[in-house]
Amino acid sequence: MTPYGNILFFIIIGFLLLPTILAGLRGKPAKGYNIFISIIVLALIFGNSLTGSISLILFTVFQLFLIIGYQTYRFQKNNSYVFISAVLLSILPLVLVKVLPLLGLHHVFGFLGVSYITFKSVQMIMETRDGLLKEKISLIELAYFLLFFPTVSSGPIDRWRRFRKDLHTVPSSQEYQKLLLSGINYIFVGFLYKFILAYLIYNYAVVFLPDQTYNYLTPFQGQIAYMYAYSFYLFFDFAGYSAFAVGVSRIMGIQTPINFNRPFASRNIKDFWNRWHMSLSFWFRDYVYMRFVLWMTKKKWIQNKYTVSYIGFFLLFFLMGIWHGLEWHFVVYGLYHALLIVSFDKFERWNKKHKLWPKNKWTQAFGVFLTFNAVCFGFYIFSGILF
Amino acid sequence: MEKQQILDMLVDICEDDIILENPDIDLFEEGLLDSFGTINLLVEIDNRFDISVPITDFDREEWNTPNRIAGKLAERQ
Repeated sequence: MTPYGNILFFIIIGFLLLPTILAGLRGKPAKGYNIFISIIVLALIFGNSLTGSISLILFTVFQLFLIIGYQTYRFQKNNSYVFISAVLLSILPLVLVKVLPLLGLHHVFGFLGVSYITFKSVQMIMETRDGLLKEKISLIELAYFLLFFPTVSSGPIDRWRRFRKDLHTVPSSQEYQKLLLSGINYIFVGFLYKFILAYLIYNYAVVFLPDQTYNYLTPFQGQIAYMYAYSFYLFFDFAGYSAFAVGVSRIMGIQTPINFNRPFASRNIKDFWNRWHMSLSFWFRDYVYMRFVLWMTKKKWIQNKYTVSYIGFFLLFFLMGIWHGLEWHFVVYGLYHALLIVSFDKFERWNKKHKLWPKNKWTQAFGVFLTFNAVCFGFYIFSGILF
Repeated sequence: MEKQQILDMLVDICEDDIILENPDIDLFEEGLLDSFGTINLLVEIDNRFDISVPITDFDREEWNTPNRIAGKLAERQ
């Protein structure tokens, strides 16, 4: 069963969450029960495929061992090579899932959510390395975090220290009422976005474009229309899914971070990446770009710090691109965004010196317009229609 | 570690004197600090005050103004 894929899924989780809601409204904890229903929902999601289920279990046990093992090691020692090996081991299954199909091995290994569990696991290894996870981690809580069913298939990617705090906080009856209401609100936003807007845009525009326009549009106009329609479809579909995930998490007392914050109103491309698929872009920012730049700055291999930053951007967006799939359009999509960010950064620094581009509502409106179109062109590449 | 030293460091990194005028300014909101600026800040904090702040510990919500940064660093000294 695909999470949030049909109305039956919502009826089942609505039913399963009733005791959670009743406990919450009385200010009582529901942690144990929530862990119990997670197992049921995971069985529903993954149960249809035997290889999928076995892969998921083996993969999770592997990640649990890796995280706990590295943490145990880190209590005593802190060798860089052990750290790097732990990170590489953690991403190895994801790399295999992406590479094996290219070698013709399709159904050997691979299941829904492998990326998102990997992101959480790598994050924990890095935070352990930084000395931020000093307390012993409960195996059950860690498994619950990795496999938290509202977000297991496609995020948003939560952070362990934040998640754990929510897990150990029992909201008062009034606090829970607020959580519940905002959770239900998110779920309805999700219905509007995914099942109405994304559905309509897809079935009445995207499927016909760019070619089947009955001579109503020229081929070029058809391409343009496809670009915008696809961009809005992508947004409403994924923002809708994310709203479901955030909403269900809140009903379970976990304030999963939001993924979208009005991305099409971004003033510039940096602003856009703080508003679009936020938990993913923050993950890449914190665990790829910033670590890379810091490491290069300390090693002093390249003198010019801006060069280091630009290499960092290319690395980030290249990885983000191929993470979507090992196909050319994803690679180009990544490099295109790296180019946009680097160009904007150069412009921003140039303008700091010369102050030729003032900050007022007109320049801001122009910035929003330009960013929107640049971003839509990016999704046009991303859609794979070009190559 | 004087507070003035921290403000001077931020002026160097953000290349803007507004930090001295308004030490409660939100550095990320105003575009004075981004991921790249944050790295330079962490490196400078290490160089100037010998305090090592891991990237993962630098939460933008908590380190967003000059005054808050000064407070955070005072805690760690």
